[in-house]
Amino acid sequence: MKKIILAATAVVTLSVPSMLSAAEGVEIPKEEWTFNGVLGGYDRAQLQRGFQVYKEVCSACHSLNYISFRNFEALGYSEDQVKSLAAQYEVEDGPNDAGDMFKRKAKPSDRLPKPFANEQLARASNGGQLPPDLSLITKAREGGPDYVYHLLTGYEQPPAGFVMNPGSNYNKYFPGHQIAMAKQINDGTVTYADGSSNDAAHIAKDVTAFLMWAAEPKLEVRHSTGLRVTLYALIFAVLAYLSKRRMWKNIPH
Amino acid sequence: MSTEKSAWRKAFEWHEARLPIVSWLDHSLGTKYPVPRNLNYWWNFGSLAMFMLAVMIFTGIFLAMNYTPHVTLAFDSVEHIMRDVNYGWLIRYMHANGASFFFIVVYIHILRGMYYGSYKTPREVLWWIGLLIYLAMMATGFLGYVLPWGQMSFWGATVITSFFSAVPGVGHAIVTFLWGGFSVDNPTLNRFFSLHYLLPFVIVGLIFLHVWALHVPGANNPLGIDAAPADKIPFFPYYVMKDVFGLGVFVVIYFIAVFWFPNALGEPDNYIKANPMQTPPHIVPEWYYLPFYAILRSIPNKLLGVIGMFSSILIMFGLPWLDTSRVRSATFRPVFRVFFIIWLLDVLMLGWVGSQVPEGLPLILGPIGTVWYFLHFLVILPVVGWLETPKPLPVSISQSVLQAAE
Repeated sequence: MKKIILAATAVVTLSVPSMLSAAEGVEIPKEEWTFNGVLGGYDRAQLQRGFQVYKEVCSACHSLNYISFRNFEALGYSEDQVKSLAAQYEVEDGPNDAGDMFKRKAKPSDRLPKPFANEQLARASNGGQLPPDLSLITKAREGGPDYVYHLLTGYEQPPAGFVMNPGSNYNKYFPGHQIAMAKQINDGTVTYADGSSNDAAHIAKDVTAFLMWAAEPKLEVRHSTGLRVTLYALIFAVLAYLSKRRMWKNIPH
Repeated sequence: MSTEKSAWRKAFEWHEARLPIVSWLDHSLGTKYPVPRNLNYWWNFGSLAMFMLAVMIFTGIFLAMNYTPHVTLAFDSVEHIMRDVNYGWLIRYMHANGASFFFIVVYIHILRGMYYGSYKTPREVLWWIGLLIYLAMMATGFLGYVLPWGQMSFWGATVITSFFSAVPGVGHAIVTFLWGGFSVDNPTLNRFFSLHYLLPFVIVGLIFLHVWALHVPGANNPLGIDAAPADKIPFFPYYVMKDVFGLGVFVVIYFIAVFWFPNALGEPDNYIKANPMQTPPHIVPEWYYLPFYAILRSIPNKLLGVIGMFSSILIMFGLPWLDTSRVRSATFRPVFRVFFIIWLLDVLMLGWVGSQVPEGLPLILGPIGTVWYFLHFLVILPVVGWLETPKPLPVSISQSVLQAAE
């Protein structure tokens, strides 16, 4: 029963505002991304910075269920770096021969540990709202990475006369403008080892690029394969056209 | 020596005497299949549709090797395909976008048939089988869209299967039967997977009948007049080569979508795992169903809406008789041509209406578009056929072709 009430609340608080926003149609500005374009790809340094933001900020509430430590080699880390990174985390394993579950250091083959043991705990810790898993977030929202970036930096004072629900925050880009997540990214929220700019805009950009990688880890090979395959098909089409023209030359049609 | 047959030739003839499969192919799609010489590029889309069916079956078989049809695992197994299976991302994007491109190709193929009157006598049965293929495609596409078990999969399945609850008396029993339970759940997913794997092979069978029915009268042509033997050229090599060129152009466009815009035709909500407790704010079917979805929503009564939606496709079966003109090609039918274009715009408008939240302008345009859709088939087509004066038809294809060449 409690679950139904919770779900009903979620439906009302989440879906009704998004219908409103569909009508309002807040324009999401387009951003420049390294992964746009015909051969667009990821900036490894940016992905590493973005991962740092996820680790230090987002991972307190948001899981990244489809990512294993081994995947981080794609961010430019070596096998040993990934091993030592995984070893910073503890995961539950088992049962062992005695039938007990036990804790051990994570291995590269392990998935990233979740911040909450289950959905109920996640909701209980977040005022009834469930922080969504971020593995696919840049593909699971209208506007993709542009939306995620502007959501992170889109916190504002509500306009005069806008009635806020308790526990929600005004966000220019969130459907309905009332989001449970408070503003997380400010100037200097993280400090980068490589000395990159850590104002709010750069931090949001870095973490969004990282989340884009998490959602589309095969984007680079997709683009490079695509270019070769498409050029091949294009040459094939031209040769086919020339053959066809020659073959039909003496056939009035 | 020169009359001596090679061993290969002898073996071939031995086999052909027992199973003449090569001769059969030669008669079906080879040198013994005469085709009007004046076909334009709109005639390329039949072979393209066959190519897309092959792509869908081929990629689908490999997806099925790595997919798990269970409510707790389906979504995860799709992500497993995207992330861990070798070139799984390519197979899945080819399949997901392939569905859209299959429909694009088939829609153009159908519209070509409508414009050039390919449904008219003696090709009515050919037209019917084509419509059956289209219906089987719609069913297959719907079943397949449910399999990733995202939010739109789940809620799309719930909405579309609920259509049958409009049947008086037994509606809810039918829906329970379709679901295999009292809601869309694991039994639904399992049977949808099974049927999604089955139906493409039904389509393959229907395509055999379609091609068979095509070979009896032979292909129509842009002039819509019967082709004399002198007007025809063999399918191989002429149209095979032309189809190969068309295929080259088509795959370039298809690859651009697959490799650079693989999610453009999808709904972001389907990257959220199905959640029976949370309805998405705006449930939309895949784009290829949108005009029919708009017709459904434009009729305020549920049962009538469902009847209207199904009738909008079933009415096509009557097209050979609703169109009373004996002239096939729209080239010679100035009035029909105008109404055909208006009807096409009407369908496109209905598609847009179907994609929108039902409020404001779409709410007004939906019923207008729906009425016009049926008016076109039931009133305009018969009346135009009776009253229109067609332009004079050419005596023969050869004459027309040679005149144009001068």
